[in-house]
Amino acid sequence: MTTLVRPGIVGGVGTSLLRPDGIPKIKGEFAFSSDLEAEGMLWGATVRSPHPRARIVAIDAAPALAISGVRTVLTQDDVPGSGHFGLERPDQPVLAFGETRYWGQPVAIVAAEDHETARRAADAVRIEYEVLAPLVDPAEAVRLGSTFRTIEIRNGDPDAHGEIVVTGEYEVGMQDQAPLGTESGLAIPDGMGGVDLHIATQWLHADHEQVVAALGLPPDQIRLHNAGVGGAFGSREDISLQIHLCLLALRTGRPVKMVYDRAESFVGHVHRHPARMRYRHEADRDGTLVRVEADLVFDGGAYASTSSAVLANGCYFAVGPYRAKSVHITGASARTNNPTAGAMRGFGAPQPCFAYEAQMDRLAAALGMDPVALRLRNALGTGDRIPTTNQVIVGSLPTREVIESVAAMPLPDPETADDPRSLPGGTGLTTPPGAVRRGIGFAVGIKNLAFSESFDDFSEVRGVLTADGLELHTAACENGQGMVTVLEQIGRSASGLQRVTVVFADTSKIGSAGSTSASRQTQMTGGAALRAATAVREEALRRGGGDHLDDAGVWRGGRLVAPLAGLLGDGPIEHLERFRHPPTAKPDAFGRGDVHAGFVVAAHRAVVDVDPELGLVRVVRLDTAQDVGRALNPLSILGQIEGGIMQGVGLAVMEEIVLEGGVMKNASFTDYLLPTFLDAPQVEAILVEQPDHWGPFGAKGVGEPPTISSTAAVAAAIRDATGAPINRVPVRPQDIAFGSPESPVTSHQQAKSPRPRS
Amino acid sequence: MDITLPRDLEAALAAAAAAPDATILAGGTDLMVGVNYHGVRPSAVVAIRRVAELQEWEDRFIGAGVTYRRLEAGPIPGLAQAARTVGSPQIRSAGTIGGNLGTASPAGDTLPFLAAVDASVVLRSTAGERVLRWDEFITGPKRNARGPGELIIGVRFPDRLPRRQAFAKIGVRSAMVIAIASCCVTRDEDGTTRVALGSVGPTPIRARRAEEMISAESRPTEATLTEFSRLVADEVRPITDHRSTAEYRRYASGVMARRLLERVLS
Repeated sequence: MTTLVRPGIVGGVGTSLLRPDGIPKIKGEFAFSSDLEAEGMLWGATVRSPHPRARIVAIDAAPALAISGVRTVLTQDDVPGSGHFGLERPDQPVLAFGETRYWGQPVAIVAAEDHETARRAADAVRIEYEVLAPLVDPAEAVRLGSTFRTIEIRNGDPDAHGEIVVTGEYEVGMQDQAPLGTESGLAIPDGMGGVDLHIATQWLHADHEQVVAALGLPPDQIRLHNAGVGGAFGSREDISLQIHLCLLALRTGRPVKMVYDRAESFVGHVHRHPARMRYRHEADRDGTLVRVEADLVFDGGAYASTSSAVLANGCYFAVGPYRAKSVHITGASARTNNPTAGAMRGFGAPQPCFAYEAQMDRLAAALGMDPVALRLRNALGTGDRIPTTNQVIVGSLPTREVIESVAAMPLPDPETADDPRSLPGGTGLTTPPGAVRRGIGFAVGIKNLAFSESFDDFSEVRGVLTADGLELHTAACENGQGMVTVLEQIGRSASGLQRVTVVFADTSKIGSAGSTSASRQTQMTGGAALRAATAVREEALRRGGGDHLDDAGVWRGGRLVAPLAGLLGDGPIEHLERFRHPPTAKPDAFGRGDVHAGFVVAAHRAVVDVDPELGLVRVVRLDTAQDVGRALNPLSILGQIEGGIMQGVGLAVMEEIVLEGGVMKNASFTDYLLPTFLDAPQVEAILVEQPDHWGPFGAKGVGEPPTISSTAAVAAAIRDATGAPINRVPVRPQDIAFGSPESPVTSHQQAKSPRPRS
Repeated sequence: MDITLPRDLEAALAAAAAAPDATILAGGTDLMVGVNYHGVRPSAVVAIRRVAELQEWEDRFIGAGVTYRRLEAGPIPGLAQAARTVGSPQIRSAGTIGGNLGTASPAGDTLPFLAAVDASVVLRSTAGERVLRWDEFITGPKRNARGPGELIIGVRFPDRLPRRQAFAKIGVRSAMVIAIASCCVTRDEDGTTRVALGSVGPTPIRARRAEEMISAESRPTEATLTEFSRLVADEVRPITDHRSTAEYRRYASGVMARRLLERVLS
């Protein structure tokens, strides 16, 4: 048996392999979690508090139970177990009791024979409230000591000061992840006291842990299965309807399905933290950044969620990708009666980026220096220390390279097309070409990769060789970003096998993969896949006694010596890998320590056309250079870059949940505005490849960097076009039209230096 | 819920007479949002989308069932520009001018044009026909003068439409956005100028003092344009809500009206 030609693999690492779910999604054939059905299925619905804060006086389920087809109405009294959940601490009741703490908080759940009856039943549950005054001002909450976490970071020489000082105050509004797929799932009782829950989530095992604790069940009674995810962006890290579904299924003994509608989705998940930030930058006359002081207040809303970690990120990256001799950062995440804030793409990094990049521009202006040159002068790189934590950067960090790459990209010509859609105001025909001013803005952002602060961060993959090729079993969630594709590519390149399949395993079959968030799955589950596939290959070569493995089998010296199926005669070839990144430490009392596993940077340059008189903006172009370590799938990375930039543009000019006394005023796609294709800028991207120290093949996560500094770049471009201060995003028309360039809130002044000037 | 699907106008009027409080369903682009998100549960529905007579568009009469898509492609520039700003292509293919009047939202995109040209609304029931001028028909925010058993048949324009027409709408997204403020300005050869604004008051608002002042100007100067802008801003009655502030809406009304005037003068 000889074959002389050994075809190489197609679709390994470094190629722009297409996604297996891409075409089915476009054709409407992909099964999302909201498409699931089971025989004899009931529909669930949620009764929500209409008040941001109220005492629950009485709950009367009788009117709902009187409706034909209603099977059950449950309140917190019906919840066995701890009855609480939460990612960082279990502080949120499954159903509110005593006092409701935010607008839309679940108070009761119902199950009925059909969707419409369930909705009507939810409306019919009679709840008597005593309305209480909500605490909605985060600054007031901090004054009252109502916080989830406070942080103080001190690093460097406390007496170091610079001659040139700029100060500013900045604000970021509440952004929503707005995934197209709303929260949905299907719980199927197993008839033996347990439940199989099919759910669109970001982290099966974290959901599982919270479900079994809240319901007081043995862990093996509940099994969570990945169901098709219609986008996440952080919104599916927290529990929404998981516990409700299991509770209803256990109570009724029937499968139960729930699907939130769009309005309910807005109140059914956490949001990006709104932020208020005060900054003071001091620099020497040559542009060397000397001192950064900042105070960050993030509004965490009603429950803890991930507020502690988000605030920590905000504070650790409060200076940006720059060196500074002296740093003093204070931060607080406020506990209020506003909607709960938690994870969203960037996880605390975009908020300070908007502020520190505005400060860097103002510093450049005060110094009379080119903004790009100022950033290059202070750019962090490998071997430097993170200015807040004092951690030495051991992996790659091409801050200088991403800045220089973007700065060298050609600028677009002025808009000359007659099409009004290419003008600010778009189809509204508000703006004649002569009313337009162009602006250019530049921003750089930095963030950590994977989990930090001593969290035991791991991912399990089981590699299984079959007669048909390699299977990679994982509980990791594919949120639509292309994880399955990149795992297949890694499996191919590591094993030599062409036929590699990712198999989603439920929580009873494999250990945790960790969350599909924090830009971590390519590195973590990808890292586990690399080792598992390598181990499978080595065992196959050992058994076959050869030097090369492909779909045909094991080869030695150009001769096929053992077909694939023949290798399995002595039992299966399997390897279970639990991959961990280098350990991280808890911070000391002043926020210092090796708290992060790695870092990533990206730079953005925005070109905007603004109608300054009406305050309308069109983002013409958003070019970027991104630090990717090694590009495992360039097309997938471009997808993350374009999508992440759109989310950054949204936060810059339109996306905001408007709150009034804790009540959302725009919980719909009518009024929560996402950018449309007409609002999408042209994007050119440069991938800067400097392999990192622990990701597979040197890869870094790529999901979050596109969102971190794109918002800041757009804001800077609007400032450039108009002279308006733009200290808040999203930028509203009135902020431009009424913003006075003559009276910016920042001041350029000579510092009262404690040292004599040279 | 009783749903009637009349195929002609006579059947539609009969259905409306039989259920005088029925909800009228045309494109459904407003009604279904109410059903899906605001608990609207009509006891009876008369669905008029299949009524051929309501699709008619004859010169100065536009049937209530004419869609934004047809208006967008039609010969009346002010109305075409306004219709283009409504929702997405799917919404414009379903939504109708009659529905815009029936909903009577202060943000209704075709309403400033109808106000600017003093359009009338034709109503009919089995008892007969009524013709109400736009400002008799729209009585408040989301309120109108349609009576029980009446259908909106269409809109009728005065004999001659002004030669120059221009419409603009402010939103923070380039398309698919509810108006923060909208404006329509028309001008005739004799200088007669009309200015109507949407989303800046409980109903569409005509800036009559500004109209009077600028209609008398054959060649407006920089000073008169500024005065025109000031008068428009003075005549609107905006509120602050989650979409914008009263202050910005007032200011933007003046800016938009002046720009549109320059457009119709050019």
